[in-house]
Amino acid sequence: MVEFALPQNSKLTPGKIWPIPMAKNLREFKIYRWNPDDGQNPHVDTYTLDMDTCGPMVLDALVKIKNEQDPTLTFRRSCREGICGSCAMNIDGTNTLACLKSCDDVKGAVKIYPLPHMAVVKDLVPDMTHFYAQHRSIEPWLKTTTPTPQAEWKQSESERALLDGLYECILCACCSTSCPSYWWNGDRYLGPAVLLQAYRWLIDSRDEATGDRLDNLEDPFRLYRCHTIMNCAKACPKGLSPAKAIAEIKKMMVERRV
Amino acid sequence: MTTDLGKVRGLGSAKSGTEHFWMQRVTAIANLPLVIYLVYFIFAHLGAPRAAIIASIKNPFCAVALSLAMISILWHMRLGLQVVIEDYVHSEGRKLATLLIINFATFFLGAVALYSILKMSFGL
Repeated sequence: MVEFALPQNSKLTPGKIWPIPMAKNLREFKIYRWNPDDGQNPHVDTYTLDMDTCGPMVLDALVKIKNEQDPTLTFRRSCREGICGSCAMNIDGTNTLACLKSCDDVKGAVKIYPLPHMAVVKDLVPDMTHFYAQHRSIEPWLKTTTPTPQAEWKQSESERALLDGLYECILCACCSTSCPSYWWNGDRYLGPAVLLQAYRWLIDSRDEATGDRLDNLEDPFRLYRCHTIMNCAKACPKGLSPAKAIAEIKKMMVERRV
Repeated sequence: MTTDLGKVRGLGSAKSGTEHFWMQRVTAIANLPLVIYLVYFIFAHLGAPRAAIIASIKNPFCAVALSLAMISILWHMRLGLQVVIEDYVHSEGRKLATLLIINFATFFLGAVALYSILKMSFGL
């Protein structure tokens, strides 16, 4: 059955309250901590930052904490401008990118947790192995039988426009890990991010494997666990709508049989 | 020691599910007028004596509409409950048992409903 409570060894305990700096413009950050090596339950540490010497984004605050207070705080980050998708985490109850989330958009203490319902590697770092394997399973590359042309595969402007709203996906997994269906059935359901990627290849005018791709997706669990809950579209930090892409795949499924 | 991709591919695609998805929509559309008629029928006969209700069901339009309503509603219910079970019940044994119960219960309810409507309609 679905589990609505955390297992005993995942239950949160109160954490350490770190020293408060001498400053006027203070802000509290409550951050999920878990270390696989100390055998302890996860806990929520409280850090207080002087915002006059901190950048505006949540990622700036995390980097400042790591640099100045607690070098053991673990998180992924790379581009700090919303294009790599590394710093996806749950901030103030919503999955988003720490680098695109302004601290000013959060009321009260800034609560930071790892992406929901993912195995945690350490602190804010989730295990993305299964998610990436799912992406691999939809074979996200151009598949053709026609011999490759001397120059490029031609595509009209309107055909190219069909990829808008899809190609921008950075696979940060904010959408998939916000989806209750993915929480309960993530082992078999591909989830919004991977299905959006699948649709990106389904409607690519140059691709010749549309039928095979649909065959691979036509499954009560892989595709049809989507119940249009729409958390995915709400969570996407890039403003995309995986829900719409999934609806388009379902339309294609019906179209080829009706 | 299955690889990650092996785990995701699992037993492969079932190559089905669209029929289920499509019929859920078809029965939903059919339910719209049929349920409105069913609700109208119930409210029109609130407090009416048994003989008056049977007299209404003797009308062919009424008998056919009620039969269709039962078929469409129960079909829709069966499909919907199946989704709920697949979503939330993860033990294969319990899932299979619950799906069997849902199927048997739906056909039992349908048979009882249709038998009752026909019996009243033909007055056997």
